[in-house]
Amino acid sequence: MAGHLFEVDNLNIEFRRSDDKVYAVNGVSFSIGEGGTLGIVGESGSGKSVTMMSCIGLIRSNGTVKAGTAKFEGHDLLKMNRKQLEHIRGLEIGVIFQDPMTSLNPLMRIGDQIMEGMIEHHYATPRDAFDRTINLLGEMGIPEPKTRFRNYPHEFSGGMRQRIMIAMALACEPKLLIADEPTTALDVTVQMQILALLKEQQEKKNMSIAMITHDFGVATNFCDKIVVLYAGQVMEVAETKEFIRRPAHPYTIGLKNSIIEVGQRDRALKPIPGMAPTLTSPPTSCSFADRCPLVTDRCRNELPVLRQVDGNHMVACHRAEEVLNHAV
Amino acid sequence: MPSEHLLQVENVSKRFRVRGKTLHAVENVSFNLDSGKTLGLVGESGSGKSTLGRVALRLLDADGGRVLFQGHDIGRIPKKQLRELRRDMQVIFQDPQASLNPRMTVGAAIEDAYVIHKIGTKSDRQQRVEDLLQRVGLPPSAANAYPHELSGGQLQRVGIARALTLDPKLIVCDEVISALDVSIQMQVIQLLKELQKERNLGYIFISHNLAVVEYISDEIAVLYLGEVVEHAAAEDLFKKPSHPYTQVLLQSILKVPDPQSETTQALMHIKGEIPSPFSPPPGCTFHPRCPFAQDICRTKKPEPRDIGHGHVVSCHFAE
Ligand SMILES: Nc1ncnc2c1ncn2[C@@H]1O[C@H](COP(=O)(O)OP(=O)(O)O)[C@@H](O)[C@H]1O
Ligand SMILES: Nc1ncnc2c1ncn2[C@@H]1O[C@H](COP(=O)(O)OP(=O)(O)O)[C@@H](O)[C@H]1O
Ligand code: SF4
Ligand SMILES: [Mg+2]
Ligand SMILES: [Mg+2]
Repeated sequence: MAGHLFEVDNLNIEFRRSDDKVYAVNGVSFSIGEGGTLGIVGESGSGKSVTMMSCIGLIRSNGTVKAGTAKFEGHDLLKMNRKQLEHIRGLEIGVIFQDPMTSLNPLMRIGDQIMEGMIEHHYATPRDAFDRTINLLGEMGIPEPKTRFRNYPHEFSGGMRQRIMIAMALACEPKLLIADEPTTALDVTVQMQILALLKEQQEKKNMSIAMITHDFGVATNFCDKIVVLYAGQVMEVAETKEFIRRPAHPYTIGLKNSIIEVGQRDRALKPIPGMAPTLTSPPTSCSFADRCPLVTDRCRNELPVLRQVDGNHMVACHRAEEVLNHAV
Repeated sequence: MPSEHLLQVENVSKRFRVRGKTLHAVENVSFNLDSGKTLGLVGESGSGKSTLGRVALRLLDADGGRVLFQGHDIGRIPKKQLRELRRDMQVIFQDPQASLNPRMTVGAAIEDAYVIHKIGTKSDRQQRVEDLLQRVGLPPSAANAYPHELSGGQLQRVGIARALTLDPKLIVCDEVISALDVSIQMQVIQLLKELQKERNLGYIFISHNLAVVEYISDEIAVLYLGEVVEHAAAEDLFKKPSHPYTQVLLQSILKVPDPQSETTQALMHIKGEIPSPFSPPPGCTFHPRCPFAQDICRTKKPEPRDIGHGHVVSCHFAE
C-alpha cells in the first residue's frame, strides 16, 4: 500500500519503578493508511495507550522510548521537540480519551474550550472559530448549540461530554484521530451513537483513525485492520475480514472464545487460564506460553517474531501455520 | 409463614430527594426469585438497577411496596431478626477494592465476618478462610496479601470469597465483571455458576453486558427509568424482544461478525438519551425515543401485560 499516513516501527518503551523496570512496549510495529481505521486491541496493561500516546509525546516522566520510529507523513514524531509536537497535536492529530472529565476543564465553558485549540493553532480567527464551534456542536448532535456553548462540562451527560471531546478533537480537521477507548465507559446505545458519529465524520473528511479498544465487537465492526497487543508485543495483525475468518494466534483465538455473545446460553466456558504478565525483563520467549494450549519447548526458549503468514496477515507464533492449516 | 420463593419483591418503589426535587429511581417493581435461580437486571446506567438491588436486601428502605425474604417482610421485622437474615443476603460490587480496607490483609478481611458474628475459634476461622480462598481459585498465600498487591480479577475473587463467608442464600452481583478483562470475566462467570450449583444460591445479576446476562440468567427484567418494561425467561426475551426499548438495546450490541457472512454490522442511528428521572415523560416513559410511538403512548401509561408464558411487556402494542 502506497503512502502510509502513520507508521510505527520497532517501538520499545520502558518504565522505571522503585526497584525494577517494566518493559511495557517491546518492538511494536504497525501502520495506518490514509482514511484507514486501525483497531488496537488487547487486554488492560497490554500497552495500547502507552504505544499510541508516547508517539505524540504524552508519556509519564518515569517512561522512556528506548528505540523505534513513529513516522507521521514521513516525519519521525519521536525526534521532534516539545514545541513541534504540540503543534502537530491538535492540529494534525486529534486525540479522544476514555474519560472526557480528565481532559475537559471543569471551570471553562465548553464552547470556549473547543474554540481555544483552533485559535492557538492559528487554524481560525476567533470569529470563525466561534462559528465553527456552533456548527461542530450541531454536527455532534448536541441540541441548541448556541445555548449549550455557554454550559460547563458538569452540565452534560457522559455521552454528551464525549461528543464535546470529539468536537474538540475534530475542530482543526486532523488527518489522524487517536481514540483511546472512547466508548468503554458508555452504555451500548450511546456507544452506538458515538461510533456512528465518528464514522460519519471520518467519511466526510477522509480522516484516519487509530481506535484503541478492548472490545472485539467494536474493533471488528468499526475498523478495517486490527492489531492485537499482548505484553507490549504485536501478536497478530490482519485486515478485519481475514481477522474474523482466519485468526492465527492462539491468544487471539482464546480471546475471541472468551467473549460471550448473544445467543450462546448453552455454550461451555473455556476461559484462558491465568493472567497477562507484566514484563520486568525483555521478552526472550513467547510471552503467552504460560497460558497457551499449544505451547511447546520451542515457545519457552525462542521468541516468536512477527512474520507474514499470508498477504497482509502477520503473526508472532511459532505454530501459526499449523493453526491456519487446522493441523492443531 | 413458609413461602415457595426465596425472594418476593412486590410493587417496590424508591425515590430520592435531591435538592428539593423528587427523583424516581425505582417505580412499582415486582418479581420473584427462587433458590438456585438467577434474575438478570439490565438497563442503561441510571435505570435503577443498583437501587433495586439494594432495596431487595434492605440496604435501602423502600418508599412503597414490600420485600419478602423466605416469607419474612424485611421492611417490618425487628432489627435483631434482620441482622440474622442479613447473613443470608450478600452483595458483591463492581469494585471490590472500594469495600476492602487497604491496610488489612485479604485473609483478615475475609475472617472479619466470622469475628463479627463470633463464629469459630481462631484456628477454625483460619481454616475456613483457607478453604474459601481455595474455592474461589486463589492460592493460600493470598491470605497474607494486601488489596493493592492483587489484580482486578484476583480482587473480585476476594469479593466473592467474602460474600460466601456466612453461607448466604441470596447474592446480589452488581456489575461484578464490568471492570474485568474478557478472559478474566469468563473465569469469574464460571466460578459464580459453579458456586450457584454447589450451594443452591439465588442470584440477582446486574450488568450492562446483555450477552453475559443472557448467559447466566434464568429470567431477565429490563429496566428503563426505574420501571420494568419487559420481564421474561432469558430465552424468550432474546428470541422475542417485545418492548421497543429492549429491541433498541439488543440492536446496539456489536457482535463479532459471523466468519461465514463476512458482512459487518451497520452502525445504527439511535434517537435521544434517557430523560431526566426528576420528571419522567407522561404516558409511556419511552415514548420520546420510541420509533413506534402513537398518540396513546404520549398520554396513557401502558400496563404490564402477559403476552404468553409469563413474558410480560409494558407497551401498548406488544403482542
Ligand atoms: N507510569 C508508569 N509506570 C510504570 N509502568 C507503567 C506506567 N504506565 C504504564 N505502565 C505499564 O505499561 C503497561 C502498558 O500500559 P497501558 O498502555 O496503559 O495499557 P493498556 O492501555 O493496554 O491498558 C502496563 O502493564 C503498565 O504496567
Ligand atoms: N443515594 C442517591 N441519592 C440520589 N439519587 C440517587 C442515589 N442513588 C441513585 N440515585 C439516582 O437513582 C437513579 C438510579 O440509579 P442507580 O440505581 O444507581 O442506576 P443503575 O444502577 O441502573 O445505573 C439515578 O438517576 C441515580 O442518579
Ligand atoms: S509461540 Fe507457542 S506458546 Fe506462543 S502462542 Fe504460539 S504456540 Fe502458543
Ligand atoms: Mg489504556
Ligand atoms: Mg449501578
